Amino acid sequence: MRDFFRGFGAVFYKEVLHVRRDSATLFFSLIIPLLQMALLGFGIDTNIRQIHTVVLNADGRRQSRELIDRLKNSDMFNVVRYVDNDQDLNDTIIGGQARVGVKIPVDYSDRLLHQTSAQVLVLIDGSDSSVAGQAINVTTAIGLDESLRRVLADRNAMAVEMRPKILFNPDSRSPNFFLPGLTAILLLNVTTFLTAFAIVREKERGTLEQLFVTPVRPFGLLLGKLLPYFGIGFFELCLIVSAMRFIFRVPIHGSVLLLAFLSLPYIFVSLSLGILISSKAGTQAEAMQLAFLTILPSIFFSGYIFPRETMPLIFRGFSYFVPATYFINITRGIILRGAGLQHLWTDALALFAMGTSLLFIAARRFQNKVIMS
Amino acid sequence: MAIAAPTPVNASILAQHLVRRFGDFVAVNDVSFRVQKGEIFGFLGPNGSGKTTVIKMLIGLLPLSAGSAWVEGLDVRVDAEAVRERIGYMSQKFSLYDDLTVAENLQFYGRIYGLTPTRLKQRIDDIVQLNGLAPYMNRLAMRLSGGWKQRLALGCAMLHEPQLLFLDEPTAGIDPVARRQLWDLLFELSGHGITFFVTTHYMDEAERCNHVAYIYYGKIIADGTPDELKKLPDVQPAGTKRIEIITPEVTRALRLARKIPGIRSATIFGESIHALVEDDFDPADLRAQLLKGDITVTDIRPLKPSLEDVFVELTEKHQSEIEAARA
Repeated sequence: MRDFFRGFGAVFYKEVLHVRRDSATLFFSLIIPLLQMALLGFGIDTNIRQIHTVVLNADGRRQSRELIDRLKNSDMFNVVRYVDNDQDLNDTIIGGQARVGVKIPVDYSDRLLHQTSAQVLVLIDGSDSSVAGQAINVTTAIGLDESLRRVLADRNAMAVEMRPKILFNPDSRSPNFFLPGLTAILLLNVTTFLTAFAIVREKERGTLEQLFVTPVRPFGLLLGKLLPYFGIGFFELCLIVSAMRFIFRVPIHGSVLLLAFLSLPYIFVSLSLGILISSKAGTQAEAMQLAFLTILPSIFFSGYIFPRETMPLIFRGFSYFVPATYFINITRGIILRGAGLQHLWTDALALFAMGTSLLFIAARRFQNKVIMS
Repeated sequence: MAIAAPTPVNASILAQHLVRRFGDFVAVNDVSFRVQKGEIFGFLGPNGSGKTTVIKMLIGLLPLSAGSAWVEGLDVRVDAEAVRERIGYMSQKFSLYDDLTVAENLQFYGRIYGLTPTRLKQRIDDIVQLNGLAPYMNRLAMRLSGGWKQRLALGCAMLHEPQLLFLDEPTAGIDPVARRQLWDLLFELSGHGITFFVTTHYMDEAERCNHVAYIYYGKIIADGTPDELKKLPDVQPAGTKRIEIITPEVTRALRLARKIPGIRSATIFGESIHALVEDDFDPADLRAQLLKGDITVTDIRPLKPSLEDVFVELTEKHQSEIEAARA
């Protein structure tokens, strides 16, 4: 077993030396993300359909079912779950499975039948400001529509009142929404690029070939190269989260420690991705292009800019293979919705599984590639 | 050179019928040779003839398609890992970390080979003593000149005291003085019993080897000491001799000389022309012929073939055989 990781210590120490020697690159790779953050910290608006919705129908009679049908028919809401208590309603939203919760009170039908006005509570996840804004508009419109319909049919009928309540980001600040997501993108940027470059540089220099002539083992080599960048990635995360909290004033509702802990599997995935890229790329320019190929899906398919709800089915399916999807759910969950481990452990597990499989694929490719070249 | 028995006794390298195919392409075609312990073995051949491929097979980086190879008594097909512990390898291009210092490079490779800190320190001291790197220990490798870089690379390749070193074109691109110094170092190490497997394009370096083999399109077409090779019948066909014609006007003289019957081939070497001529060729006759073309000849003297002559002759002969086979 010891032999399996042979050379790990030596490679690790050498890698730390590389990083220290090239402090300019390190400085820029840590500072540039902060600049990007400042640029992107301002809102971008998008159109939304098919918002994941959870329904608590305490009434259950015909009138309440009609209202739910109307919500569904608006194309705006996609009811993904029905629950029967407030606790589940809240958890579904905190866990990120639904962005809107509709609660129809037990006396909804009674009130309408007795010609008094009925109220429906609409809980809206404010951690996605564009979703939130549109959800308010459409629910209010449906309420108005339902009221008009009733009044037109029967002069004595009373209105249905939709009472929206925005959770988590009540003032709908777009930085609150964008910055937690941006964290995932920036982290990927730094770690994937740095790792890919660090290895491809050895290829370009021919030192990789030299290393493979020594008794160093692939896993000792890869882990030794990985760990320093793991540290850098983690440091970058702390930097970004601090800037977000203290410069952009995004309140963190959940546990910062949990955020730090759950970022580990994500950094692991980003590094493994970097190694996989370096097993394919022969030059740094090639590595750069491949790295961009991984960054783009992370921006467009992870829900960072465009809510995943609005994506065509094929892209939404694809989004499950994008690591940033899971980490964005983790950051938004913890920072904006105060989610705990019980809501996010599946995301963390998915990331860990991805990282492990990527690392194994990379290590195998590597060995074959280097030896055969 | 015949291979006595399939046992690795006294041989540092024993290669038997090595074959390496890449798809349909046969990069190494039935290559056999034997390198004795303590020898400086020069492995020559044009670019792309399979030199590096053979090295990669011998150090276990490329599986053999067929044949067998023993390196330092170990079968590379079985014990590639153990082979790599016992050999040192220095590749064509400088392949150290140029953003690390000389000392850091040495320490890194020492740790890779698992030397203990005390032993590592001792080995570094020994190597620095031997190759004179002491004044440069804290210098970044990128700030070293070509010759010093190669010495550092050599130092890194022998930290773990290998008995066999593979040097793939160790002197490519370094200046003549540094080249000479590196070879002096190799001779000194060879005196301590270390075996060297060296590839090179420089004929003067080939002349310095105890034993040379010439590979051409994946096949070994010559194998022996430099002297043995110079006496090969293909190099010195019966009824011919070599002469050197010294004249101030080599270019014009060459054009004329090639038309003179009795001269089989001629080529320029600096201020002189080397020619392969019939045994009964008369120097006085040549002198007269050239004088007619207004060319004075300073001297004409007999010449022993150089290794370059050997390889040029063998290559041409082999090339015409390949072409004949195709036609």
